[in-house]
Amino acid sequence: MKVILKDINLFHPAQNIDEKNTSVLLEDGKISKRGELSKDDIKDAKVFELKGKYVVPGFFDMHVHFREPGREDEETVISGSNSAANGGFTGVACMPNTEPAIDSAEIINFIKKQAKNHLVDVYPIAAATVGRKGKVLSPMAELGDAGAVAVSDDGVAIKSASILRRVLEYSKMYNIPVIEHCEDESLAGGAMNEGVNSTLLGLPPLPSVAEDLTVNRDILLAEYTGWKVHIAHISTKNAVRMVREAKQRGLNITAEATPHHFTLTDDLLKSYNTNLKMNPPLRTGKDVAEIIEGLKDGTIDCIASDHAPHSIEEKEQEFQNAPNGIIGLETEIGLTLSELYHKKILGLKEIVERLSVNPRKILNIPLPKFDLGETANFTILDLDLIWTVDATQFKSKSKNSPFDKRLLTGKSISTINNGKMFFEGEMITI
Amino acid sequence: MPLSNKHLLGLQGVSKEDINLILDTAKTFREVLERPIKKVPTLQGKTIVNLFYESSTRTRISFELAEKRLSADTVNFAVSTSSVNKGESLKDTIRNIEAMKIDMVVIRHSAAGTPLYLTKVCDASIINAGDGIHEHPTQALLDMYSIRERAGKLKGLKICIVGDIAHSRVALSNVFGLITMGAKVSVCGPATMIPRRIDELGVNVIHDIDEAIQENDILNVLRIQLERKAGANFPSLREYATYFGITQDRLERNRKDILILHPGPINRGIEISSEVADGSDQIILTQVTNGVAVRMAVLYLLGTQN
Ligand SMILES: [Zn+2]
Repeated sequence: MKVILKDINLFHPAQNIDEKNTSVLLEDGKISKRGELSKDDIKDAKVFELKGKYVVPGFFDMHVHFREPGREDEETVISGSNSAANGGFTGVACMPNTEPAIDSAEIINFIKKQAKNHLVDVYPIAAATVGRKGKVLSPMAELGDAGAVAVSDDGVAIKSASILRRVLEYSKMYNIPVIEHCEDESLAGGAMNEGVNSTLLGLPPLPSVAEDLTVNRDILLAEYTGWKVHIAHISTKNAVRMVREAKQRGLNITAEATPHHFTLTDDLLKSYNTNLKMNPPLRTGKDVAEIIEGLKDGTIDCIASDHAPHSIEEKEQEFQNAPNGIIGLETEIGLTLSELYHKKILGLKEIVERLSVNPRKILNIPLPKFDLGETANFTILDLDLIWTVDATQFKSKSKNSPFDKRLLTGKSISTINNGKMFFEGEMITI
Repeated sequence: MPLSNKHLLGLQGVSKEDINLILDTAKTFREVLERPIKKVPTLQGKTIVNLFYESSTRTRISFELAEKRLSADTVNFAVSTSSVNKGESLKDTIRNIEAMKIDMVVIRHSAAGTPLYLTKVCDASIINAGDGIHEHPTQALLDMYSIRERAGKLKGLKICIVGDIAHSRVALSNVFGLITMGAKVSVCGPATMIPRRIDELGVNVIHDIDEAIQENDILNVLRIQLERKAGANFPSLREYATYFGITQDRLERNRKDILILHPGPINRGIEISSEVADGSDQIILTQVTNGVAVRMAVLYLLGTQN
């Protein structure tokens, strides 16, 4: 099938492509022509009039929870992938805290099978230790061979310094990155950020220093073992500063931040809305400011959602008993464009780096190219579209978003990958 | 004059006028309670549910008595006699109770924010009888009533709350209410028992009990929860008693005209020495009758709004 994306702006900063008001011809999902199109090209083609829209290398979210196997009522690999496509992503990496955990080649293969033939490429992240229990190293060589792109015990930090050291030494042999959820176990267990708001609300507090301590431990062990650590969902001022300093020292430390951590603060918890409960929790305005600074100066390499679906029944209970986590795939780009692009914190180039180039670089996944003959792997952005989030329209099986009804500027209007196109809520084979 | 809110979820944000109205109304009911016939027909035909997810005999009995004296119909729903144990969610429970056409719910729950949640899923007036370590407004109103009764006023008084502030719902309600009424509020206890950044609420933090005695007109001494005794919060009961316990000797050394409020029963020799507990006219033990009167006032004011 022939598809024409007409009057678009092609933008691929890693390839130095910045072409305004041009067109692209796709044939059977591959890029066959760029620029001026002839009558012959247009003949029998399905033409999408996309004046002023930006076509960028498909966005990639390196931190999602798809709940399969185990909680298919909340999300499956398919529903999560649909959510990603609708949100503007052509690739995701899914975390291993499923039931059972992704700690064997069988489960990696199962997830890959579920994801097969979808527009969205799903890359499993395997557990760093068996069952994420922090006792026994997972079979990392075998997991890597099966297709795991990283290891992590996300949900918790790798339990002890001694086991983390072994994980780093071992994963280094096979070039597997280690992703850490940084939270000191002995300080964990609170329901919200510790501060004046937790005092006011009487909720069990979770201090920011719990994150800082583990970030510090991880940086030092990365240095000691000569390997790398990627800090997931960074949320505190001190953690950002430590990562910045580690980078200045030339250490192999990377980090990601979620839209909720650069948009919201713990002041909002007065409502006891359980859709504002996640781990790490919402922090203070000072933390948010430092995260934005970190995104700006490159300390924070990526934006990732930590998409964490939960059923309504699970979220509709007492705040301190409700599970942590919110979904994010379908609001991530809107929030990034509203809060970072339109507020002039990041340009489009930096946004493409944080959402497409860097996550793939960290996980050793090839970056889509705009060369002729390549598979079209695109996210198409309308930077100025003003829209209202409507959770009932989400493709995710779960609706636990604190951003429902929020007005946003900028949206992904289409994704293309693997010979498929997602446009106006529908998946088309092209 | 009615209260400006349909619910009593806490004392945060409750106006001076409303607090005065509750305390003045409580005074009227206090007089009713001295009469031979202690019952008034004010809430006849109203149904009140006492929803206690956490055992608290004293608070529950106080509410039940207040409801009876106001002639309300009451339904008691305690955790042991309900389906909560069978995993029924809070929401289902409320839906089921609401089918009974209730006017008010008095709720005690171990999770902060639960009373606020109830206001969203049910039409009745909600009264918070203690939610986690958040608020316990009627207990704080009772403390304020007792202080006002004895000292004649609240405005301008220097009041220090002593004990485990971090794990007390009464402390926070007292802080909000007393500051609204114009008192100068301090808290005193080991640093491990003071919640973080409480000073930002306008509260002075003290770690020296002698200083607390010297600087204040009134001490509101919380009960040390013995089950929380030694370990991570403080080294030992003996050390707590030595460094934070109120003894006759301490009172004499510092100043003698201070008043001490305690909710009872006192852990003798821990937060207050036996000598002070028994001998002193400086101590105000919270009167059960005052508690009933304050709760009658709250129920009456909320139950008779349209
Ligand atoms: Zn995590």
